[in-house]
Amino acid sequence: MVYVASTAPVEVERPSADVRPDLPWLTIVWNDPVNLMSYVTYVFQTVFGYPKAKAEKLMLDVHHKGKAVVASGSREEMERDVQILHSYGLWATVQQDTA
Amino acid sequence: MSGGFTRRGDGVEIRLDVGEVAILRSLASQILGLVEPGAVGDDPLERALGIVDSAGPPDDPVLARFFPSAYREDPEAAGEFRRYTEASLRDGKRDDASTLMQTALPGKVRLDQEEAQAWLRSINDVRLALGVRLEVTEEIHEEVAAMSEDDERYPAFVTYDWLTFLQDSLVRALW
Repeated sequence: MVYVASTAPVEVERPSADVRPDLPWLTIVWNDPVNLMSYVTYVFQTVFGYPKAKAEKLMLDVHHKGKAVVASGSREEMERDVQILHSYGLWATVQQDTA
Repeated sequence: MSGGFTRRGDGVEIRLDVGEVAILRSLASQILGLVEPGAVGDDPLERALGIVDSAGPPDDPVLARFFPSAYREDPEAAGEFRRYTEASLRDGKRDDASTLMQTALPGKVRLDQEEAQAWLRSINDVRLALGVRLEVTEEIHEEVAAMSEDDERYPAFVTYDWLTFLQDSLVRALW
């Protein structure tokens, strides 16, 4: 067993003025001329577990509109999604919802 | 040209000739030459966590496409994301290219699920790299069909077109 000499974490009380509206974060995929429509659909199914129809609709949004929001959630979750999408060669970015 | 991938049990199968294997292995080795192992900082803790020293986007357009900025309008957040992710992304691309090199052999090639995923990502990396260098558009397939065989760009474009076919057949075999 490891003995750790430390004091308990200090509870930090945040001033209420620091609380901002908790807008969700978004994962956005952008169109590019290389990635195949079949491949992009397959990646959306694999990475997000979306059914084929939903993955195909998102792929078509990317293709026709130039980009699509493919997921939303916490900043950490979206950064993880973007890292996985980059590993598959998709052009993905994170941003906070402005709505 | 081969007939593409077919489903076989849990994995996929393809028949490749010597020339096709030579092309795949050569392209995979070029990815290994281009993508250096995740270079990490001097700090041993940062090294253990895979945190990269540099925070700016790569100068090479292919590397910039491989590792795009995750935040379009926030260079600071993009740099921070890059510091924490680029090393493992680089290592992942190198692992995938190594798998492609080791498993691409003349004759019947059988890939399990994991190897098939590595091929999928690595063939896509090769297509991204060629696509950036050749400045391809979405009309590439029609352009190749209309291109003269004497055109000096012809071999590269035909290779790109073949990789497109290969990748699409791999996706369909995995579906």
